[in-house]
Amino acid sequence: MTATAPPRSAPEAGPPSGKKPAAGGRLRPRIPVRLRQLGLPYLLLFPALILELLIHLIPMVFGIIISFKGLTQFFIRDWGSAPWSGLDNYRLAVKFNQPVGEALLHSFWVTCGFTILSVGFCWLIGTAAAILMQDAFRGRALMRAVFLVPYALPVYTAVITWTFMFQQDTGLVNHVLHDQLHLTSDKPFWLIGPNSFWALVIVSVWKGWPFAFLCLMAGLQNIPRELYEAAAMDGAGVWQQIRKITMPSLRPVNQVLILVLFLWTFNDFNTPYVMFGQSAPHAADLISIHIYQSSFITWNFGSGSAMSVLLLLFLLLVTAVYLLLTSRKRGDADA
Amino acid sequence: MASPKSFLWTRRIVLTLLLLFVLVPVYVMLSSSLKKLQDVQGSFKWIPSGLTIRPYIDIWSTVPLAHYFMNSLIVSVSATLLSVAVAIFAAYGVSRYRFPGRRFFTITVLSTQMFPGILFLLPLFIIFVNIGNSTGIQLYGSRLGLIITYLTFSLPFSIWMLVGYFDSIPRDLDEAAKVDGCGPFGALFRVVVPAAIPGIIAVCVYAFMTAWGEVLFASIMTNDSTRTLAVGLRGYATQNDVYWNQVMAASLVVSVPVVAGFLLLQRYLVAGLTAGAVK
Repeated sequence: MTATAPPRSAPEAGPPSGKKPAAGGRLRPRIPVRLRQLGLPYLLLFPALILELLIHLIPMVFGIIISFKGLTQFFIRDWGSAPWSGLDNYRLAVKFNQPVGEALLHSFWVTCGFTILSVGFCWLIGTAAAILMQDAFRGRALMRAVFLVPYALPVYTAVITWTFMFQQDTGLVNHVLHDQLHLTSDKPFWLIGPNSFWALVIVSVWKGWPFAFLCLMAGLQNIPRELYEAAAMDGAGVWQQIRKITMPSLRPVNQVLILVLFLWTFNDFNTPYVMFGQSAPHAADLISIHIYQSSFITWNFGSGSAMSVLLLLFLLLVTAVYLLLTSRKRGDADA
Repeated sequence: MASPKSFLWTRRIVLTLLLLFVLVPVYVMLSSSLKKLQDVQGSFKWIPSGLTIRPYIDIWSTVPLAHYFMNSLIVSVSATLLSVAVAIFAAYGVSRYRFPGRRFFTITVLSTQMFPGILFLLPLFIIFVNIGNSTGIQLYGSRLGLIITYLTFSLPFSIWMLVGYFDSIPRDLDEAAKVDGCGPFGALFRVVVPAAIPGIIAVCVYAFMTAWGEVLFASIMTNDSTRTLAVGLRGYATQNDVYWNQVMAASLVVSVPVVAGFLLLQRYLVAGLTAGAVK
């Protein structure tokens, strides 16, 4: 094999025959080997690629097309015959002084508030728990297992249980608040009205923080113990060690974790859907439920698709800005 | 390491509060599942007045729970196995080879993570309906449609995590295998896969949980005979009543296998995250 491999197509982990000419004594003709190597990575990726195309990319392109059409239930069997409506669906969605646009804007702000609170608390609790459990103590393994239970539970069973606890007359929450602690003069509703927003946040945090805990625990395992020992020798206390060693070391984990939590929470459909059903209360009208309702309840697919595309554009924008900001900070670490 | 009192007390208080926060719903689930119907219909009681296992018997006849269970099991297991198989090949390609389009592939796959599920639910629904009408292959309402859909949900995260894991396995190992006469696939299955078992288990756990807990597509893409647990559990709410004791019993029955499996395998997930996603 020649020493000058073609620039990009050559596998980095070159074939043994290239680096060690005599090794193994494989007697394969050169060209087929080269060809196979060129095609091999694509062959390996082929199934994943096909599936991503089929379930994510084609439907996405299709969804963008639909967003320019007046697609309603009458055209489902023959979607191609739905009339073009140009930018009508988008215009309708962003006319914020009209009912459709106003409702979309409202659910957007609700989702923003929900996401910031949920991600913030998940991160805060996850970080606290991971740091407090970094050192061994009696019962740590058991406690760690218990903490992971909310993450392991299927979403719907967890949310159904919380829904039961939030029942106005038979639930635990009102029993504790009203009957036991006498904090409220009557039993408030949690699943309708303004309180539903807080109920949603609590459930989302309960379900979500163990994932942050899990990632941060994994991140903590990568910090060499010698760092702490050296800091202790220099007289740094526990709190100082946490601030000066633990937090900076966790930064790369946090960058990924917060982005992932943000995307999952912003798109969360399961929690509000199991809690409230197909139409959420005004105060907890998350955007995913809102789009679902516009599409499958009022059967206006075109409008629902336009809203989905706007949502995707927003998420792309936020992600791009976030990645730019964080990659600049860690720039030389990666290089 | 000698920790100051303030740290120890903070630890005790915070961890106790967290334990309460985590365990109260679990306790509610367990205790309510053992109550009589009239007890869950009145004001909540921490200590049930009388215990009964009646709900655990009734759950199977109020709704066809066993049937939903089978559906969920078939869909989740198939989606998991297929997804992990596909992810292993893709991750091996990305980890061991440099080729044009490699970066594009990883970015595309990862960015599908940010797509709101609702964005491709509508088109997929219409595509499935139209495929059914034109070819007779019923994807809409079938388990197959759900399996194909779910297997792509865990795929990006699985590939991502496995690439990290494969990267941490020294290249010398599979190169040595190739020297000894293995082809690339031989090296993958005899060296890389066995060395990456913890990572593969972690990915399996993740894929299974994703499929077992999915609600959105299950609620649109299934019919009476293919309904999964995610949708089926709502059957305990009738027009007038919700059989909360049965709901809790069914939730527990549905959760126990997943939670037990997860807790048994969670150290692999931590190991997988450490090697893969976190680095």
